[in-house]
Amino acid sequence: MVKELRPALTLLVLLTLIAGLAYPFAVTGLAGIAFPWQANGSLIEKDGHVIGSALIGQTFTGRGYFWGRPSATAVAPYDAANSGGSNLAPSAKALAEAVAERDAALRAAHPEESGPVPADLLTTSASGLDPHITPAAAMWQIKRVAMARHIPMDQVRTLVMDHVEGRELGVLGEPRVNVLRLNLVLDERWPMR
Amino acid sequence: MDAYGILQILIFAAAVLALTPVLGGFMARVYDGRARLFAPIERVLYRLCGIDPAREQNWVGYALSLLVLHLLAVLTLYGLQRLQGFLPLNPAGQGGVPPDLAFNTAISFSTNTNWQNYGGESTMSTLVQMAGLAVHNFLSAAAGISVAVALIRGFARRSARTIGNFYVDLTRTTLYLLLPICVVGALVLVWQGVPQNLNAHAEAATLEGSRQVIAQGPVASQMMIKHLGTNGGGFFNANAAHPYENPNGLVNLIHLVAIVAIGAGLTNTFGRMVGDTRQGWAILTAMGLLFLVGVLAAYGAEARGNPALGGMVNLEGKEVRFGIAASTLFAVVTTATSCGAVNAMHDSLLPLAGLVPMVNMLLGEVVVGGVGSGLYGILVFVLIAVFIAGLMVGRTPEYLGKKIEAREVKLAMLAILATPLGVLGLGGLAMITPAGLAGIAAAGPHGLSEVLYAFASAANNNGSAFGGLSGNSVFYNTALAVAMVIGRFGIIIPVLAIAGSMAAKKTVPSSAGTFPTHGGLFVALLVGVILVVGGLTYFPLLALGPVVEHLALAAGTLF
Repeated sequence: MVKELRPALTLLVLLTLIAGLAYPFAVTGLAGIAFPWQANGSLIEKDGHVIGSALIGQTFTGRGYFWGRPSATAVAPYDAANSGGSNLAPSAKALAEAVAERDAALRAAHPEESGPVPADLLTTSASGLDPHITPAAAMWQIKRVAMARHIPMDQVRTLVMDHVEGRELGVLGEPRVNVLRLNLVLDERWPMR
Repeated sequence: MDAYGILQILIFAAAVLALTPVLGGFMARVYDGRARLFAPIERVLYRLCGIDPAREQNWVGYALSLLVLHLLAVLTLYGLQRLQGFLPLNPAGQGGVPPDLAFNTAISFSTNTNWQNYGGESTMSTLVQMAGLAVHNFLSAAAGISVAVALIRGFARRSARTIGNFYVDLTRTTLYLLLPICVVGALVLVWQGVPQNLNAHAEAATLEGSRQVIAQGPVASQMMIKHLGTNGGGFFNANAAHPYENPNGLVNLIHLVAIVAIGAGLTNTFGRMVGDTRQGWAILTAMGLLFLVGVLAAYGAEARGNPALGGMVNLEGKEVRFGIAASTLFAVVTTATSCGAVNAMHDSLLPLAGLVPMVNMLLGEVVVGGVGSGLYGILVFVLIAVFIAGLMVGRTPEYLGKKIEAREVKLAMLAILATPLGVLGLGGLAMITPAGLAGIAAAGPHGLSEVLYAFASAANNNGSAFGGLSGNSVFYNTALAVAMVIGRFGIIIPVLAIAGSMAAKKTVPSSAGTFPTHGGLFVALLVGVILVVGGLTYFPLLALGPVVEHLALAAGTLF
């Protein structure tokens, strides 16, 4: 038994140095040289300040912005230091009630839309940080955004279509719209007055 | 179900099939000693450790080395977590982890389970994430593969006393297999958007003027080993659903292939090392059939939408970029193997789609399975299948020219009974004690599903969860840790004993009466044995949990 301790303990220490420290440090170094922007979290800066990450959703409530999905992160929505979902069962009353409540609120905020509210706007994402909405959900909000910014609907629609990201390699994942990127361009082209 | 969904499943399957002979052949070279690229590094490591690489061990020595290493590893990880507040590389200033949680986490990571009762970004320091958790990702994966290789040697050798050297197998797995793939893979992940830095947090002032703190860290390096080693412990609480861990469909595919690659490749390594690759393909076919049924069942069920919400597409707990198809595919792959990473919240899956991951785990994770553990798990079932075939025709059962006798069948049954002990024994305890019931979040049958899922996941070293369950209590931290130990070492030790006794046997020449173990009949028998054993053990519980919930939901009953 004692004879076993030396190889086990030494190997544990050596593997800790190799796999636990050398490996992540080497990857950090290489990644920082090859892909510095991605390695540092795909942060987006505006006027020298970080305004968010291209990969992390944030809360939008203003009528001139496209809205993202509801978020179930622990304390406040879109808490990017505490990711997580609602974990509600499909058979939970609480889920049906939350969906009904969101449905009513969205309809009230979009009196001009008569079709069903897209499902992604009624449900919380797995991470609580989903940066995307479906193209349908973006289209559904066009009239509100256009009216709030006093611009023609067609221009907003074109902008949304330009921002639809396709499936990777044409098949992987689902088509989507990055809400933060879309809103950034909105602010650039047609600043809120 | 749509064409894109089916196509994604096919692309994934094709990628795995194409990689299997490549990786399988490479691993055969690693474990019979032909790969020598890193020989100088190996020599230094062995000298420092006082290991004689030429000295092989019998099964008792192999098992003893494995247990000692794990004991030391658990103690170290426990200590690191408790003391992280006083140690360097703690940019977010995390305090020490409470004892029961640290114990659960130490067991969880050393048994390749990676069940997480903590939120990654809010509990662990960077030092613990790298030097503690990431090391166990390598170590537990390498240990699982080593045991599988030892068992393969047991079948391949004749009249031998030894089954290899545990330390050598462990070192070579890490150096030749895991590290090179991880370095390359991690860089690809960073290219695609996965962060890799040593910053604590980034602070952003959002477009609407509020403050957003965005957790950062060495994510990509951990992602790669977490999936390649079927570990599954996320850097972030939301695991592979977090856009930093899994930013797009391509990364998602890389994760999926990484999860299955080694497990599938090992079937080919097995075939090569026993001198008949058809034996490996037969096993992979059985695995593939079970996988296909699972993924179609889950995708079909999930694609129907939630009847309680008028059939609305079930995006609760899912990310828009993955949708229904890529989310259910991930759920099936992560539970068919022992990975347990998730890109959607399993608790919010529709009942029958949530049933598939549970069944995958309860069958013992032999549908490709964990790295190493999948192969030795299914070989245990193979012994039982061959034994049953022998009973039917009244001949002594044989496998690969070796007689399967009472001792091996007893050991195989011992290994098969370990997980039900953890699931039904400890899960039953949770259902009758106030401490166990206190953790349940959902009312009605889904509450039972939460507990069943937790113990199925722990006892099979998976690590995914129905996240509604409050697992961070003294009761669950302890009970789940015990289930993980039973499910890991309760199988590894009998398997090594089987390896030892198979190695010692002579081979008998095959005759007209020998049952061929590379054909369709054998595959069907193997699948049948796996389903019957799993089905008979767990059907009542599955009926009371997800099946009742499905029927209630269809009738419009909510809880």
